Amino acid sequence: MEALKEELKNKIITTLNLEDIAVEDIADNDPLFGDGLGLDSIDALELIVILDKDYGIKLVDPKEGKSIFQSIETMASYISANRTK
Amino acid sequence: MTQNKPNIQSYIKIENNEIVLNGTSAFKTEPTDFADFAKQAYRNFEMQYPKFFKMDALSKLAFLGSELLLSPITSTEDENNIALVLANKSSSLDTDVKYQESISDKENYFPSPAVFVYTLPNICLGEISIRHQLKSENSFFIFDAFNGEFLSNYSNILLNTNKADLVLCGWTEFFNDNYKAFLCIISAAENENYKNENINTLYHK
Repeated sequence: MEALKEELKNKIITTLNLEDIAVEDIADNDPLFGDGLGLDSIDALELIVILDKDYGIKLVDPKEGKSIFQSIETMASYISANRTK
Repeated sequence: MTQNKPNIQSYIKIENNEIVLNGTSAFKTEPTDFADFAKQAYRNFEMQYPKFFKMDALSKLAFLGSELLLSPITSTEDENNIALVLANKSSSLDTDVKYQESISDKENYFPSPAVFVYTLPNICLGEISIRHQLKSENSFFIFDAFNGEFLSNYSNILLNTNKADLVLCGWTEFFNDNYKAFLCIISAAENENYKNENINTLYHK
């Protein structure tokens, strides 16, 4: 699980072009949206693509994203339980 | 079309790894690609706007130019009625091609929303408007080549009909890492510094 969290932080920084943020800056329970990393709605769509492309998880209901993408912790838990690759 | 001489207040040119502001070199790097040049320029001018790194190249080019012209004259308290009139030759083709490549393989079909949103040239106008909180007129035109006469006349019409207090107009061209931006601020009032200049003469200087 720790390796997956590290992997997710790296993916998010690279894919979402978070130029001024390092892996160490993201705590596992930091909110990804709002006051946390400050991600926006397009970033949310990119996170859905990451789930599909890298972990074989297709989000049928985008509303699910709200709970899945709360933090690195919640993302990692969901991926661990549902990944197909 | 008859040229209606614009009153240029300030201008900027970005090409060949250099930013020239009002005729003076403001920033220059060793030869490098645009992505690196743009990042260095952003850091050099301490722009403090992380969304810059999410933009495509055309928007970064327009953003860099507009930032140096608009930041000294925009207010965070009052509404800034500054119209935006930009043009180029390649539209958003550079990003269009990248997006098309990302969806051409049916076995590896993962279209990127973050790339897709930049597959229109006028998105760069939105980026500038968001940055400076502009709710003003804006237009993006596609021409075969730089058309200073059109930009002058269009800007003057906006000023003469009180659609805008100022106009940021110019050329922002980007394709395959070849780029050139020329932007200027036009007003109703004459500026002594540029009374013998027009958009064409400054563009070709």
